[in-house]
Amino acid sequence: MSVLINIPDSAAPGEIIEIKLLIQHPMETGFRTGPDGALVPRDIIESVTCLYLGEEVFRADLYPAITANPFVGFHLRADTTGEIEFIWTDNAGVTSREARTLTVA
Amino acid sequence: MRRAIVFTVAFLLPGLAWSDDRRTGYDDMNADLQALQDDPMNPATFWVLDGERLWSEPAGTTAQSCADCHGSAEDSMQGVAARYPSFDESSGTAVDLLGRIALCQSRHQQTAQPRDRSDPDRLALLAYVTHQSRGLPIMPDEDPRLAPARARGEALFSSRMGQLNLSCAQCHDDNAGGYLAAARIPQAHPTGYPQYRLEWETIGSLDRRLAGCMTGVRADPFAPGSPELVALELFLKSRAAGLTVEALPIRP
Amino acid sequence: MTLSRRTALTALLSLPLVLQTRAALATPESMQAALDDFTGGAPVTPGRVTLKIPLLVENGNSVPLSVSVDSPMTAEDHVEQIAIFNEINPLPDTARFHLGPRSGLAAVETRIRLNGSQTVHAVARMTDGSFWSATTDVIVTAPACREV
Ligand code: HEC
Repeated sequence: MSVLINIPDSAAPGEIIEIKLLIQHPMETGFRTGPDGALVPRDIIESVTCLYLGEEVFRADLYPAITANPFVGFHLRADTTGEIEFIWTDNAGVTSREARTLTVA
Repeated sequence: MRRAIVFTVAFLLPGLAWSDDRRTGYDDMNADLQALQDDPMNPATFWVLDGERLWSEPAGTTAQSCADCHGSAEDSMQGVAARYPSFDESSGTAVDLLGRIALCQSRHQQTAQPRDRSDPDRLALLAYVTHQSRGLPIMPDEDPRLAPARARGEALFSSRMGQLNLSCAQCHDDNAGGYLAAARIPQAHPTGYPQYRLEWETIGSLDRRLAGCMTGVRADPFAPGSPELVALELFLKSRAAGLTVEALPIRP
Repeated sequence: MTLSRRTALTALLSLPLVLQTRAALATPESMQAALDDFTGGAPVTPGRVTLKIPLLVENGNSVPLSVSVDSPMTAEDHVEQIAIFNEINPLPDTARFHLGPRSGLAAVETRIRLNGSQTVHAVARMTDGSFWSATTDVIVTAPACREV
């Protein structure tokens, strides 16, 4: 499972940047039946969080109505150079993490 | 060379004014779906990335990677997908690109067999190899040993099948551009396989797509990788000669 | 000849088959319940929210959706949450976005599944406790949750 993160490397102080995430994941709803007629267990990403210098600046709670390979786009006001961290968690509690450095100058 | 291809196509499909009015599945999609395909944040990208990783991973009892023999895929695999299916010397049969990759896995890497044709790793490799032909024109292989299979494909294309007793040609030649329920009937040019189908929520090969059509007319689908499907692909590729390879496309 | 082809094509219309889902589908009523849960029963005023979603969707498995809210996004006055609801998927809750002053701009996007034509709702909660909304009617020609 991988992730695509679209975020600029640098921004001017106070600039509002756009961040986009695409996560490789089936987002199995838990409502579907498999070929054997049995329900396929739910397997979804439930939350996608963005931390900026350790502080939560954005979170998306996702439900089964989000597409396979979920996509989330949002904004952030850049003011300090530092780490932007992305954390996503599935309904089994498994957490994945990726980070990027944003240079503000 | 180009003249020879034009000749082949003209020979196969007398009377089809193909250079002017051919439409791809991309042309038939609405603007929102075209935008999704054109967006770099498009889910098909994951399979290309997976394939890129697998390309240089040792596998099988020989512990050789694709890269060990083929080097950089950007060089060695450029244009390969645009020319497939091709002729396999040792078995004396036509093979599609997925079949060729499977052969490399069994013959050269000696991975455990049999492996499902739709094995996710193999599809990812197919995606990656096909990606090296993006934007290139489809240029069917002119090997004369492929001619019988191509002719068989043409015959299959216009054979009625299934409980609905319909041929591919009845929909995709005679009724292309019309609507089946809300779906526009495409001309069925295989410009983009494997593809990410929203219906599947994953990527799949031409096998899977053709099986879907056959199930649609209530026929028993040809087995994945069967000579019939390779023959159909050979014919479809000649019919689509000159159209641009999309890698990887989105389809509804 | 032509007639038999038409008959055959009509027979094909029954495809694709919609997969049987065991859970009860959401209804406009259960959506209202989820919405009330989000607002705590507070009034929701149409306005300030812009919901962009295609009016005609070819495949309900992937519908692009973006929401923006008219807000200065300052520490004192910003959008705290944006919730998306649908009327007829198995669950009315679709997505929730938690924003703050660091967001700079109250604009988010995602891609959703829609199990058929329906009205999609976006509701925003502001720091002052008020709720604002926008709705869009979407026609889905091939719903999510199908298989052929
Ligand atoms: C031990 C060397 C070796 C390895 C490893 C190998 N191949 Fe090959 N490959 C060949 C040879 C040799 C051919 C020519 C056809 C044949 O003899 O099988 C070939 C042909 C091909 C072709 C067709 C090229 C064309 O122009 O028609 C493709 C595509 C291909 N390989 C992909 C792969 C992929 C993907 C892998 C990794 C899974 C791989 N190969 C691993 C040796 C190798």
